[in-house]
Amino acid sequence: MAGKTVGVLALQGDYERHVRALESAGAHAVEVRTVAELEATDGLVLPGGESTTMLKLLHREGLFEPLKAFGQTKPIFGTCAGAILLATHVTSPEQESLGLMDIGVQRNAYGRQLDSRVVTLPSELGDLEAVFIRAPIIRSVGPDVKVLATYNNDPVLAEQGRHLVATFHPELTADPRVHAYFLTKL
Amino acid sequence: MILNEEYRLKVGLAEMLKGGVIMDVVTPEQAIIAERAGACAVMALERVPSDIRRDGGVARMSHISLIRGIMEAVSIPVMAKARIGHFVEARVLEALAVDYIDESEVLTPADEENHIDKRDFKVPFVCGARNLGEALRRIGEGAAMIRTKGEAGSGNIVEAVRHMRTIVKEMRQLTVLGPEELMAEAKKHQAPFELIEWVAKNGRLPVPNFSAGGIATPADAALVMQLGAEAVFVGSGIFKSENPEVFAKAVVKATTYYKDPVKVMEACEEIGESKAMVGLEISKIAEGELMQTRGW
Repeated sequence: MAGKTVGVLALQGDYERHVRALESAGAHAVEVRTVAELEATDGLVLPGGESTTMLKLLHREGLFEPLKAFGQTKPIFGTCAGAILLATHVTSPEQESLGLMDIGVQRNAYGRQLDSRVVTLPSELGDLEAVFIRAPIIRSVGPDVKVLATYNNDPVLAEQGRHLVATFHPELTADPRVHAYFLTKL
Repeated sequence: MILNEEYRLKVGLAEMLKGGVIMDVVTPEQAIIAERAGACAVMALERVPSDIRRDGGVARMSHISLIRGIMEAVSIPVMAKARIGHFVEARVLEALAVDYIDESEVLTPADEENHIDKRDFKVPFVCGARNLGEALRRIGEGAAMIRTKGEAGSGNIVEAVRHMRTIVKEMRQLTVLGPEELMAEAKKHQAPFELIEWVAKNGRLPVPNFSAGGIATPADAALVMQLGAEAVFVGSGIFKSENPEVFAKAVVKATTYYKDPVKVMEACEEIGESKAMVGLEISKIAEGELMQTRGW
């Protein structure tokens, strides 16, 4: 990991919290808004926020295809909206996605803001404090996806090869373990 | 302790809106235009502030059917406004399950001394502020997000700039003081001592700091972002412009790329020759009609 740079897609959302979390996990983190900035990184975080907003900006600014290509060789970690962008299939409503992880995701699946919550979850990385905010639910996982944590029997932390997704927000806690785990994929 | 665990969740909710544009909409059709343009949330209301200003009379919480219609039309978060101090309007909006409540000076205040005790609600609140003391009083009451008040419905950025500069300057000043000087600052700002201490230590608000009130062009949005705003609210500026769809897209772009003058120029170019909303000179607004002086 030494000498490597991790980008955080900074079109919209809690990208600043991810930059802080990556740095506390020992990484050099930068904000990414352009293709040139993307290409200067060794891995990328897709933050929480509004997936529809990010998707529109990715297309308008010509980042969608470069990001898809980036994911063919470099690791991407998506949280919440970022997990929606990485999926192969998105519902409620249906929307386009990068298709880099073989998961099907339902948006805003727990309900509205009032149904947001903080829970403690056992995971492959030990017990984690999980902050769910208007969170999606991973409804299906392909054979190559490894589930690292579940909540109410739904996968909430999962990996497929170099990519990692969480439907909750590890960047909103002081615990850097999930980010540290992503950094091992660089 | 104000900044407890439960509060942290509400603040997390506001983090998701950062770097985005929250647009005022008065119909489901406008909400769809806003969502398509890339808004990260919409504010559902019956009249945008410039129309409230024009019509006069008492401005209240919007009709439930209108807010519900907008909630059903889009998948992004929906906010709605309650009058200052009107905790029943706020409870009604919470029961409706809106995603955020704006206890707003744009509506006619229901209480001229007290704001809503927001700690006790599950839904997060945003409140307006003109200076650090006002921001910290609102946070002390439980607001999870602060926005500058600016002068809503004016189409004039000058007040939002004044308020953002004031808040940022007052925070910066606290960071250079010694611990023994902070109680006097709490007294001066009329703000809770522990929040003054928090700001002195961290140099920022403990909640996201957004800008609102008078943003009418892509350049206005980039300006307040550069001054320290973490997201922008655009009220009348989108749907009172000549071409709302184009303005909405251009403001979103300028907000995301606020640090990049070439991208902001492209955003300005996208609006072509279409006109922004008509702006008002603040000094021409009668003092009793200013919205920013509402709130205590």
